[in-house]
Amino acid sequence: MDELSRILIQALGQLIAPATAAYALAAIGLNLHFGYTGLLNIGQAGFMLMGAYGFAIATIEGAPFWLAFLIAAAAGALLGLILGIPTLKLRGDYLAIVTISAAEIIRFAGRSTLWAEYTGGASGLAGTAYKTTFQALSPLPDGRTAIGPFEYIHNGSDSWWTRIFAWGLVLVAVLLVWLITRSPWGRVLKGIREDEDAVRALGKNVFSYKMQALILGGMAGSLAGMLFVLPISVSPDNMGRTLTFFVWTVMLLGGAATLWGPVLGSMLFFFVYMLVRTGMRSGLADVMPTQNVEYLAGLLVGVALMCIVIFRPQGILGNKKELAFDVR
Amino acid sequence: MSVEKTENQNEPADLEEAVAAAAAETTRSEAAKRIAETLSGVDPKVGIAKPDPILTATGVQRRFGGMTAVDVEHLEVQRGAITALIGPNGAGKTTFFNLLTGFDKPNQGTWEFEGRAITRTSAAKLARSGMVRTFQLTKALSRLTVLQNMLLAAPDNPGENLFGALIRPLWSGVEKRNTEKALGILERFNLHAKKDDFAGSLSGGQRKLLEMARALMTNPTMIMLDEPMAGVNPALVQSLLGHVQALRDDGMTVLFVEHDMHAVRHISDWVVVMAEGRIVAEGPPHSVMQDQAVVDAYLGAHHDTDLGDDALLDPAVLARLEAEEEKR
Repeated sequence: MDELSRILIQALGQLIAPATAAYALAAIGLNLHFGYTGLLNIGQAGFMLMGAYGFAIATIEGAPFWLAFLIAAAAGALLGLILGIPTLKLRGDYLAIVTISAAEIIRFAGRSTLWAEYTGGASGLAGTAYKTTFQALSPLPDGRTAIGPFEYIHNGSDSWWTRIFAWGLVLVAVLLVWLITRSPWGRVLKGIREDEDAVRALGKNVFSYKMQALILGGMAGSLAGMLFVLPISVSPDNMGRTLTFFVWTVMLLGGAATLWGPVLGSMLFFFVYMLVRTGMRSGLADVMPTQNVEYLAGLLVGVALMCIVIFRPQGILGNKKELAFDVR
Repeated sequence: MSVEKTENQNEPADLEEAVAAAAAETTRSEAAKRIAETLSGVDPKVGIAKPDPILTATGVQRRFGGMTAVDVEHLEVQRGAITALIGPNGAGKTTFFNLLTGFDKPNQGTWEFEGRAITRTSAAKLARSGMVRTFQLTKALSRLTVLQNMLLAAPDNPGENLFGALIRPLWSGVEKRNTEKALGILERFNLHAKKDDFAGSLSGGQRKLLEMARALMTNPTMIMLDEPMAGVNPALVQSLLGHVQALRDDGMTVLFVEHDMHAVRHISDWVVVMAEGRIVAEGPPHSVMQDQAVVDAYLGAHHDTDLGDDALLDPAVLARLEAEEEKR
């Protein structure tokens, strides 16, 4: 019984964990790409890595927090611009190929010794090197607080302050997405998702809209990368293809082209993921070593992603009616 | 019995035609009569100058590898008229259409719209300057409602700018006016009751209507219809024809690609015939269909068939003709 409640509390903790917020924000960006505009970005981890490096390196070089924050956002925008210029005039598949390879290029560039002076090479950047400005920003007094089963320190890496900031940023992003997707601008994006030639024939500059969506979603991704590394450290191998596929799972689980889908998807995904992992770790302790449990859990995520796409492509919050027609 | 029947059929057919022609004469609009009078002074020769051309193309060539798909020396389209572009499959009609509307780039050639050179103008910009097109395979934006489809097409909406989108008061007035206009047009196209349905749930014919209605939202001066009757049931063809005529009567210029000879004969003011990438004839509908070049290009074995014969609408006759064509 003790064991069970420990597992449950650990899983519940994932609902408000900073990493969950980071995934939610990354999925909000991806949702802007894929859900609203139909852009196939299979390299959201690349955007996140840009934000993580942007924020950490800027802070280490002495930038105050908000400047480093802006640099993180600008890094995502820049990557969007660079990837978008050659690919957005081509068919959608090209963006998919370019984003997935760009994400890998960034990761390899980060872990190479070439710029190790700034990026720290394969071992990355230690959290203590860039967290001080963020933690100094906290208005909370030092101490600990327990709310229900959740007990954390006020300030520090795995703290209430990190959680408040991360989820605050997610809420701001949701508000912005709500404002722009209910507007005529959002309608043009959805039109492009349905058929970009039709929208072009009606006099809209499709390239410009796709670029705006790619940059905005990329900025959400890079800020998510910053959130991702705030409680831990920057380590390029933590932010590879697996990260991208987790973000996709989160977005599709919640429901593409829905406002709250990415947030709900992230919370639910990490709650279940933690439940399964810790559950299996204690339940299967005699059967297999802990490391294999991790692999098995990863395998289950893959199967879950496939099941969502096949059996509930609209996700949890999606509108079933919208899927009644064969779109592509 | 059968011989007698054929004989009998001839006379009443002529009579019926005469009656129909007379009826058509009385119901013809002022605009149609005016255009017919203007064009009656034009010598039906390939590349002939029109009194008031809205669109002029010169020396247009489009090659795919070694194959020349389009090779048009000169074409002028009269303002305010309904011009039909006809020709057998593979004649280059749609390629020519795509070139004119900015959806394809020519190897050489120039063209002007309302006196301005538009050779290198993008499709979107062309649409904004008043030349809007529809597609052979209807492009309804499936997961947008009918009304959203219409509103998307409205030009100059400040809410379609990313920063304008965030401030609702900037665009709510425009949106309201556009909605009124859209509802008016939908009423005219009998889609009013469907305004809140997803466009993907409409029937094929209704989508054709929606696409035409949507094009009207851009306030066009010239409307280009790519096979507006393709895949539409005969009952709806009549109403579609009425809508196309109404466009002209409202002062718009119509250029349309069509296979349905019935449609061409009944509503067009001028017919341009293409074969193997070239324009082989042009002129008023009744005379151009008797032109030897047209008969050769279009009919092959069926020299004796009247291109505008209503019997061609009969699927049984069509099937027989096709079967004979295949045997040949």
